[in-house]
Amino acid sequence: MTYTFDFGAVLDRAPELLWASLGTLGLALAGMLLALVIGILGVVARTSKSEITRTLVIVFVEVVRNTPFLVQIFFIYFALPLMGIRLNPTVTAIIALGINGGAYAIEIIRGGVESVSRGQIEAGFALGLHKADVFRLIVLKPALRAIYPSLTSQFIMLTLTTSVCTSIAAYELTSAAQRIESDTFRSFEVYFTVTAIYLVISTLMMGLFALISRHYFNYPTR
Amino acid sequence: MGPIGENEFFFLMQGLRWTVLLAIVGFIGGGIFGILIALLRTSKTKVARTITAGYIGVFQGTPLLMQLFVVYYGVALLGFEVNAWIAVAIAFTLHASAFLGEIWRGSIEAVPKGQTEAANALGLHYVSRMKDVILPQALKISMPATIGFLVQLIKGTSLAAIVGFIELTRAGYIISNQTYRPLLVFGIVGAIYFIICWPLSYAGSGLEKRMAKAAR
Repeated sequence: MTYTFDFGAVLDRAPELLWASLGTLGLALAGMLLALVIGILGVVARTSKSEITRTLVIVFVEVVRNTPFLVQIFFIYFALPLMGIRLNPTVTAIIALGINGGAYAIEIIRGGVESVSRGQIEAGFALGLHKADVFRLIVLKPALRAIYPSLTSQFIMLTLTTSVCTSIAAYELTSAAQRIESDTFRSFEVYFTVTAIYLVISTLMMGLFALISRHYFNYPTR
Repeated sequence: MGPIGENEFFFLMQGLRWTVLLAIVGFIGGGIFGILIALLRTSKTKVARTITAGYIGVFQGTPLLMQLFVVYYGVALLGFEVNAWIAVAIAFTLHASAFLGEIWRGSIEAVPKGQTEAANALGLHYVSRMKDVILPQALKISMPATIGFLVQLIKGTSLAAIVGFIELTRAGYIISNQTYRPLLVFGIVGAIYFIICWPLSYAGSGLEKRMAKAAR
């Protein structure tokens, strides 16, 4: 093997990578929040009395979950200007991430809401609990606990998906990597380093989510 | 704006052929290595468990796109003269083996302990115990998740477009640039993915519901 590794060329651009990492985190966070909003609205809409609304939600979920994110982001990227909406690539990426994550969130949250049994709610009222308390303690908290593992792993997936946003040149880590690669021609070193950064980000997120779970859901259920 | 005619459609179909081929190669290659990963992950040797846990953790904790880039350039550095096709196929195989390995680890562990004990009591050795007793049951348990991952993988092959590989999404991108009809082209491309993925998703969730009912 005659190739000599040169990570120095990559390390010289450390500040750029750091800022781009923050860009990735920002994209991920904004995407998650939008996904959560879409998820909650979608679950509410799915219980609507109008059959059209319910069908629309189901179609939305199935279409988003059965097509690649790359196709979705291209579609949105080209569709918005045709609708007269001009946004910068990063905002467009957030919208695409929110829509993609939202479809998954709808399915996850729906499962959580359905997991709360009617008997528990009735028991709560029988114990003389207030309506607000019944909702907070018997509906919301157990439902949150039920969906927490799948929702958080979906969030981590969404964070990793932000790398695809480089295809529309959003400000994040992968596009920074491609920029550095074209300047230095150190392809392997650049992508290896950036992959490691993603691993650190997702590991930290997993740790944080586990910490929150241990703190907030630390009560016996049986 | 240009029309979307026979030629454009034929070009998309050629891209689709690569998409399907990549997904099949990734799934079969990933399946073969995935079983190995799952067996090592559930083995008695601690080193094997730790190494495979790390392998799975790395692939599940980094973007597929980055894995494609690293393998794509990494294979070239190792001194192999391989074309883009093989590099991308290797990347998808590694990716799939980690995810399938983790899915199948879960299913192997979900097979009731009594089955292992009974196999031991019958004097079956490791190979026979796994091949004849545990794995067939684990395979059944894993079906919904395995099909779910296959859908992920088919969608994931679209990322090969960013590495420069002309599959369905890339073919769509090229045609979109030629005809200036992005919405129509990506609408068609999305519909093609949907036609492939949705029946699989539907079968997977149907299977899951039936199994949940049977377990009750």
